[in-house]
Amino acid sequence: MQTVKMVVTGPFSAGKTEFIRSVSEIDVVSTERRISSTAEKTVKEATTVAMDFGRITVDDDLVLYLFGTPGQKRFDFMWEILSEGMLGFIVMVDSTRPETFREARSILETFRAYAPTPYVVAANKQDMKEAWEPEDMRHALRLDPKVKFLPCVATDRDSVKSTLLELLYSILSEMESGEK
Amino acid sequence: MALRGNLRDFTITQLLNLINLAQKTGTLVVEGPTETAQVAFRDGKLAYAQVGQGVSGLAYILHKANKLSSGQFKAIQQRSNQISDKELGLLLINAGYLTQEDILTNLQQYFGDIVQRLFTWVEGFFHFENDILPPDDRISVRLDLENLIIEGSRQMREWEQLQDEIPSLDMALKFTDRPGTNLRNVNLSVEEWRVVSFINPRNTIKQIANATKMNDLEIRRIVYGLLQAGLVEICRLEGAAPIQQVRVFPTEDKEEQKSLVNRLISRIRSL
Repeated sequence: MQTVKMVVTGPFSAGKTEFIRSVSEIDVVSTERRISSTAEKTVKEATTVAMDFGRITVDDDLVLYLFGTPGQKRFDFMWEILSEGMLGFIVMVDSTRPETFREARSILETFRAYAPTPYVVAANKQDMKEAWEPEDMRHALRLDPKVKFLPCVATDRDSVKSTLLELLYSILSEMESGEK
Repeated sequence: MALRGNLRDFTITQLLNLINLAQKTGTLVVEGPTETAQVAFRDGKLAYAQVGQGVSGLAYILHKANKLSSGQFKAIQQRSNQISDKELGLLLINAGYLTQEDILTNLQQYFGDIVQRLFTWVEGFFHFENDILPPDDRISVRLDLENLIIEGSRQMREWEQLQDEIPSLDMALKFTDRPGTNLRNVNLSVEEWRVVSFINPRNTIKQIANATKMNDLEIRRIVYGLLQAGLVEICRLEGAAPIQQVRVFPTEDKEEQKSLVNRLISRIRSL
């Protein structure tokens, strides 16, 4: 059986667990714990402390694993371990919480330094009325125009599928350009 | 019980608060990650501070503050066995070279800076030696701790933010590839220019800090500014040992790899 993996990263409460849950064929193996910090608790009740783990079986011979990183900075020692051997990665950003944009940018830089693999950035929670416009977010995140920045709703399977596909297209296109 | 412990359990802010409130007299010795600081207090006020065992004293402090030229500093150094800080201070005042206020202001600034640096130390051990003060020939000051604590706490927040933004000083910097940006037209401070002159994927940020004699906070501040302005970006050190290549694909064959990605695409589409 052949396996490949992709990593879903981003700041605390960006929607990484939901993203994986939307497409995984198994119940996401989630290492969530109740949040003790009052400030973080106002955002959500539980958070990922080690990793989320989802699976998509492609055929009899190939399986795609999706790993979600813990968003809180104090668990960043897990990031490098999770990034090893990844096909590509997705940076999730909560479009309704501009205060996390700076951290998202920093996480993106860190992952880029770990491995020069293709990546896309997903503007999550675009269905919410307080969500920032993707174009404004692109500027705020200081993303290069060449970087794929995709509107996303992590709870919507089609939206998650589009994000994964865009990443796969980037991987394919990089492989093809490497051959030239 | 002696006041001693670990900075992880008892922070510099907590230590200074304690010394201030208890109006303590003595010397706080902090063994940081790379150097040791000795900070003396009299009745809960900052009296003296020194980092490391290298050159210190009034001549060094005034030279660092550009109040003494390199030649003057060297001449004083050669006579350092014969002249104490207090004598040197009197000599400079009597010669009309500096006023008493000049000397005290520079000492306060220097000692205050050392205390501010301590706020960035999160690892290390400390102990407080009651009633031990710097030697009598040194000039001490009386500086309230409240302002230092407030400023230090502010810096600590800034420090934490900068650490989030620039997690490692072992990375290198390179200029961004932005056509139309002419560095000559950008208004940079002297310190920023000094850093810019060392930017090269072959230099780590730590090496740039050493070359420009900046501490971690100062270099992070400048790099953060340059990153925010979009002038530079963080990159992996050129010539560094390559990261152990972990296999991404289960096969080495390029065609098989492409076929694998195409199978992934078909599967995701069918979900």
